[in-house]
Amino acid sequence: MKLRNAFVQIADTANVGLSAGGIRLDLVNADEINEMTEKARRIRQHIIKMTNAAGSGHPGGSLSAVEILTCVYFKIMKHDPKNPGWPERDRFILSKGHAAPALYAVLAEAGYLPVEELMTLRKLGCRLQGHPSMKTTPGVEMSTGSLGHGLAVANGMALAAKLDRRLNRIYVLCGDGEMDVGEVWESAMLAAHFKLDNVTMYLDRNMLQLDGPTEKIMSIEPIADKWKAFGWYVQEVDGHNMREIIAATHRAKETHGKPSVIICHTMKGKGVSFMEGVLNFHGKAPNNEECAKALEELGACRQ
Amino acid sequence: MPPMTGNWKLESQRKTYGKTLVELGKTRKDIVVLDADLSSSTQTAMFAQVFPERFFNCGIAEANMMDTAAGMAASGKTVFASTFAVFGTGRCYDQIRQSIAYPKLNVKIVLSHAGITVGGDGASHQIVEDIALMRVLPNMTVIVPADAPETAKVIMKIAENKSPTFVRLGRTDVPTITASEDAFEIGRAPILREGADITLVGTGIMVSRCLLAAEELKKHKIDARVINMSTIKPLDEKVIVKAARETGAMVTAEEHSILEGLGSAVAMTLGENASIPMRRVGIPDTFGESGDCEELMAKYGLTAENIVEAAHEVLSRKK
Repeated sequence: MKLRNAFVQIADTANVGLSAGGIRLDLVNADEINEMTEKARRIRQHIIKMTNAAGSGHPGGSLSAVEILTCVYFKIMKHDPKNPGWPERDRFILSKGHAAPALYAVLAEAGYLPVEELMTLRKLGCRLQGHPSMKTTPGVEMSTGSLGHGLAVANGMALAAKLDRRLNRIYVLCGDGEMDVGEVWESAMLAAHFKLDNVTMYLDRNMLQLDGPTEKIMSIEPIADKWKAFGWYVQEVDGHNMREIIAATHRAKETHGKPSVIICHTMKGKGVSFMEGVLNFHGKAPNNEECAKALEELGACRQ
Repeated sequence: MPPMTGNWKLESQRKTYGKTLVELGKTRKDIVVLDADLSSSTQTAMFAQVFPERFFNCGIAEANMMDTAAGMAASGKTVFASTFAVFGTGRCYDQIRQSIAYPKLNVKIVLSHAGITVGGDGASHQIVEDIALMRVLPNMTVIVPADAPETAKVIMKIAENKSPTFVRLGRTDVPTITASEDAFEIGRAPILREGADITLVGTGIMVSRCLLAAEELKKHKIDARVINMSTIKPLDEKVIVKAARETGAMVTAEEHSILEGLGSAVAMTLGENASIPMRRVGIPDTFGESGDCEELMAKYGLTAENIVEAAHEVLSRKK
């Protein structure tokens, strides 16, 4: 697989525990990984159940981002679900707001929301709007949904943190289709210009956007070279390998003077055989039959 | 007859904005200012000079600037974001809608060079629909100060709250018609001149022209009330309805399209509460063009004479 070659280096060094730069990569022990794998499995079940109950939503791009979100909320970020407004917290922005089901599922697993509330997704009067709303949902740092805004918002938070001399870090998840948006590149420039090394962006490179494969709709490659040219520290990882995600994030944290992007190679619909790589599940919820089948698969893979 | 211009002192709203920001910045450490490569025109450069660490030039990237502003506001900053009105509303409407108005974040969008008084730059730079764009956004406050002293008060006042706010300023110097000691309150329109026969409701640069028109009408034994409607949203409906009931005729005046600006807001209020003859003085549904500021005001129907003419027409329909 051609795209994997680019991140073989990190994957390899992860196995030996040390990167070329001497950064520890055995940052998670086997127990933690097992625990997070179990969480990721439950999060996938939630995504299937809640989009099925809602009758609409975006399961494909939610499933591709599960490992990234699991790492961010259960290993990487400094945050307190009992005190969502804690000023010293790190912040996460879901720029690809249509992956709201994944974010809500993670927030519920982290303790920001009751798990039962997940089933109210997209219902009238609910807190869980179709796309994230910071005014209604505890733990949501910014209202998103219109694509291409998240990185600029993250930059604003990063500038504020630097002004206040806080050590908060700002994490943002963008979709690959989002790379079509001009504003992304405006904010890419701004982050590098102001040396926002407290910004880490994950790029969910699942290769599909609503109308088809990204390279067919609007080619974004060579995407790593583009970010490099914009002055960013670029890493590529297997976006479903949590050790790699954590190691790369750690390395981003150790990088001074420039923002970091971690290109996460993922699979749309990951974890459910009949959804994997299937364009149709970008914006279509599973019906009852598909839901039952998906849950069976997700239950079966329990470790 | 020579055109009515008045003998007021002319002052710059933009320079007043810059100076006021510097004043605010001295005591309010939470204030940050963003601009999009127009700081020497919007006058935010004054703030940049005194507080360089709290000024961020985002380059010619207005969309990016508005989202960055939203992120800073979400982190507790009081953010002033400035550029020309044509770019700060039209080029980044989605960013203002999604990231500022919807989550109700503390961003003050203070834009200069609004309207056709931009002059020589022509239609590409003369936005005549910015009030319309901002007025329809839920959670957004819209303010058009009449002159320099009111601009200072508006800036000080909006810094006290946490609401998203659009403040519209012009390029050209405007007549100083209010006094520094006059109180300013968001959503409360002061009556500048009492009158019983007709009400002239102005906003921005047109308030001074309403005062001139009232003076002219007096010569015809017409007693005109003049209201300074600096807050377009929330609109002071009370003062409008009261004036409608007491004077029975109304003319609005704005340096903006007659569509969806002050005139539309007033007409809607009258239609639902106190139907009386009224007329909107404003730019017809058209783009502007290059020219001298006063020439443009005359060509597009924004003089005191146009207000007087409209007043006579409205009075002819008054029962």
